[in-house]
Amino acid sequence: MVIRTDSPVAAAASPTPRDTLCPILSLANNMGASQSEHEFKDLAERTGFSLDQIKNLHQRFKWLTNHQETLRQEDFEKVSHLSLNPIKGQIVKAFFDKRNFGKHEVGLVEEIGFEEFLMVMSHFKLPNKKLTDEDTEDVRTEKLRFLFNMHDTDNDGTITLEEYRHLVEKLLSTCETLEQDTSLAIADAAMLEVARITVGHMEPHEVYEGITFEQFQQILKGVQIETKMNVRFLQMDTTTMRCGK
Amino acid sequence: MTSVSSMVDPVIFKTTLNSLWTKASAKSITITVPRTRLETKVFELDHRVTSVFPESGLLIFIGFVLGGIVWGANNVQTFTLTPTVFFFYLLPQIILDTGYFMPNKLFFSNLGAILIYAVIGTCWNAAAVGISMWGCYLGGAMGDLNIGLLQFLLYGSLLSAVDPVAVIAVFEEVHVNEVLFILVFGESLLNDGVTVVLYNVCDAFVSLGAANIDAVQIIRGIISFFVVAFGGALVGVVFAILLSLLTRYTKNIQIIEAGFIFVLGYLSYLTAEMLSLSAILSITFCGVCCQKYINANMDERSVITVRYVMKVFANGSETMIFVFLGITAIDKAIWVWNTGFILLTIFFILVYRVMGVFFLTWILNKYRLVPISLIDQVVMSYGGLRGAVAYGLAVMLNEKKIPEKNLMISTTLIVIYFTVILQGITMKPLVQWLKVKRAEHSDLKLVEKVNNRAFEHLLCAVEDICGQIGDNWWTRGWNRFEEKYISWLLMKPKSRKTRDYLFGIFHKLNLEDAMNYVSEGERRGSLAFLRGNDDAQVDFKKKFGKDIEDVMPDIMVDTEHVPMSSILQDTIPSVSLDLHEQDSQGKMEGDAHNLLQQHLYRSRKQHHHKYSRSNFSINQNEDEVQEIFQRTMRSRLESFKSAKMGVAPGKIITKHPQKERQQKMANGNPTNRSKSHPYGDEDFEFSVSEGDSASGGEGATAGGYSFRLPPYTVGAGIENPAFMPEMDTPHPMRPPPWRSEPEMDVTVAPSQRAQRRLPWTPSQIHRLVPLRVSTRSEDSFVMADVLSPEEEPKDPPPGQDGSRM
Repeated sequence: MVIRTDSPVAAAASPTPRDTLCPILSLANNMGASQSEHEFKDLAERTGFSLDQIKNLHQRFKWLTNHQETLRQEDFEKVSHLSLNPIKGQIVKAFFDKRNFGKHEVGLVEEIGFEEFLMVMSHFKLPNKKLTDEDTEDVRTEKLRFLFNMHDTDNDGTITLEEYRHLVEKLLSTCETLEQDTSLAIADAAMLEVARITVGHMEPHEVYEGITFEQFQQILKGVQIETKMNVRFLQMDTTTMRCGK
Repeated sequence: MTSVSSMVDPVIFKTTLNSLWTKASAKSITITVPRTRLETKVFELDHRVTSVFPESGLLIFIGFVLGGIVWGANNVQTFTLTPTVFFFYLLPQIILDTGYFMPNKLFFSNLGAILIYAVIGTCWNAAAVGISMWGCYLGGAMGDLNIGLLQFLLYGSLLSAVDPVAVIAVFEEVHVNEVLFILVFGESLLNDGVTVVLYNVCDAFVSLGAANIDAVQIIRGIISFFVVAFGGALVGVVFAILLSLLTRYTKNIQIIEAGFIFVLGYLSYLTAEMLSLSAILSITFCGVCCQKYINANMDERSVITVRYVMKVFANGSETMIFVFLGITAIDKAIWVWNTGFILLTIFFILVYRVMGVFFLTWILNKYRLVPISLIDQVVMSYGGLRGAVAYGLAVMLNEKKIPEKNLMISTTLIVIYFTVILQGITMKPLVQWLKVKRAEHSDLKLVEKVNNRAFEHLLCAVEDICGQIGDNWWTRGWNRFEEKYISWLLMKPKSRKTRDYLFGIFHKLNLEDAMNYVSEGERRGSLAFLRGNDDAQVDFKKKFGKDIEDVMPDIMVDTEHVPMSSILQDTIPSVSLDLHEQDSQGKMEGDAHNLLQQHLYRSRKQHHHKYSRSNFSINQNEDEVQEIFQRTMRSRLESFKSAKMGVAPGKIITKHPQKERQQKMANGNPTNRSKSHPYGDEDFEFSVSEGDSASGGEGATAGGYSFRLPPYTVGAGIENPAFMPEMDTPHPMRPPPWRSEPEMDVTVAPSQRAQRRLPWTPSQIHRLVPLRVSTRSEDSFVMADVLSPEEEPKDPPPGQDGSRM
């Protein structure tokens, strides 16, 4: 079962008991196997995932959605570990953000299909080997863009102070001993730092609007994001293991 | 006894060296003169030399020279690096230093790779070199030697380790990327332990003799290998726990708490040595594991002390080690030349290092998320520097069991020179030529840390969503566990509060700011003192004290009684701080000389130190740092409130109604003001009253002044909005007690008193003002930019002030 990877709490809380879920799952797999095989190949080409990875992710997607076609925000509640994540809201939102689907659209959607899910996941994929410098730069930009979009919650192209404060506040919320003022102070200090690095000296009439994407790139140029923002997606098909359990 | 004598060794060495030097120069002036000339030339070239030449190599050369002198005088080498001195007095502090300063996250996230290189790579090196040398020996490549396979293996094992001292010395100058650095460096640290174990096992085998070794012995050797390595690490961890626990309770003995780190660290080394476990691994892990907790538990000053002392010790012994390596070479007795043996050793060492690294990386890359690139592999294999550990082990060889001991020592020395000097020199060009990814040396950036934090959570979340247990999952699990139990056990409850990493950085930045503020204030104060006339000067000083005093109570309403004098004392020692005294003097004026004398006297009294062995500082009960910090927090809060409520923050830099009045008055008379202020504090006043309705029309004029002034770049070291003006809203209802006085009175006294309340101090302290929400046009932190140059406390002398009224 996929559930295996989550804590027992999640398994207990999930609406469908394991025993009933398992046959349905395999049934669905069998039925959809022929048609989805083709679909998956198509997706693999577009997203760069391997076929096995896509299958794995599809399983997961099915589990998240309770075998619906689309994924909604509430479905993420099932992932028990996520509730411990202080910036859960922003991360989940990133899955429903059109900017991350690679189609040059903006706005939020209510629910996403498997393809969109994959598109979002592909931001965390290890770049295929043998990249030229230009490719690396592209990968970098794309990954940074994702991060930027996550912070820029209102789609206006800048991370404003409000947004940043919100972020820092959330980040520090796990540390209960810190007061809220501290996180605000930290956010402001950080923002000021950005202003100093990117703009330099500002005239009195100037106002720092917020971090633009270019500035965001500039700040993070020392971080090798292309080698860091990666998640290991399982290659191995674990279907058999799962149902064997 | 031996320990004492070896401890003294360097000292004796130096003194004897001096006497020898005079002797030698007396003997043959003709020889020494050109030599000294050469030396001075070398030192003149110093910076150019060190840019090409690694420091370690240079030190070895200096060792050659020194050794040559000793040899020339005595015809025998009196000073050699004995294994006891090396292993007990020179090595521990270097290893402790590396452990203590280890970038833990990097180290542990690459621990798998490091272990593989350190364990398998080292074993491979030892075995391959030993066996190949033996093969070549059998093939007749090195003439007639009395060495068997086991001796060759022993030889291989002592040469197998990459030396941390050499690696740090060379790689520190070539800033390679962090992963590459930690791989080479971590390997060199851990494989020392491995080498020592291998050496001991081989040594035991040699003593047993080839005939007596059976399968049981070999298995025993392998088991002992693991026992020694893990046992050593375990001892280190135990001592780290002890150390952390100890520093939890050293609040009242801060003077010696820094000493515990060294004593217990060394004790872990000795304990492991006593138990025949790996001492190097023990002290490494002691440093690695305790750093977080002791840094949190100890006082800020103790932490700094530990850091500096650690570095001093480590650098000192490193220097001594390399110099000794050079000196040792100038000794006829140890040199046995065997061309085949030496060349083959160097050849095999290089080749097997390359093979080992490439093979192991090939395996590792199959499992690594981010593979190690080819270029990095080249640098890694080229970075296989041998150093003093190999030499120490070689000297420890038993001459009875290994007849060719001297050949081994001299070959080891040549290998060391070859790797440290030749490879050390070529490392930098190689790194440049291969375009190895360099480390970006960035300062402490808060933004970056915030982003990193968000980023970690993001990766974690994606793993969760995918339902996979990946690296991030483990990291997080560990962090949770650590936070819940380990920190609870090992950290002071008080420091646990401030333990958050982001907060720590913020704290550091704040500290930096506070320091800058203090030094800035001192600089300005002293300049003003040189320049200003006595009257103004004394006023300023009084005012300074007064003003802070004025500001403080409001800020720290709810902090417990804080000794004000402690802050002031530290910032401007010559200011009279006795407030009551000052008040009574408030009306007194004119006699600057008298005032000055009193101040001087008083300040001396206040700085009366009493001698105590366990108490060091004057103000023990409350840290000024803490204070500044609290002030920061509070003022932040205020500013946000006002920003949120839409109150223009610009208006309220003023702290006191009195001040407000004063400013208003000044504003009411703008032309006069601009003329009469020789030091240009008009701008300041402008800023103070900017938001004020009374002075609304004046914005342009005042703005003009501000442009005229040299712009204060935010980048000048203060990058933190923590210090910002007090944002208290004025209380117009409360009439100032002296209200009627200043308006009417033309005499100096009241204005002097009023001056004391001129609000330069707040703006001085709070250089950086909050970012405004973007809807506001006058940005207050920009304002702070402009303000800073003249926040200098140059108030108009009383006379002028009076005329202005």
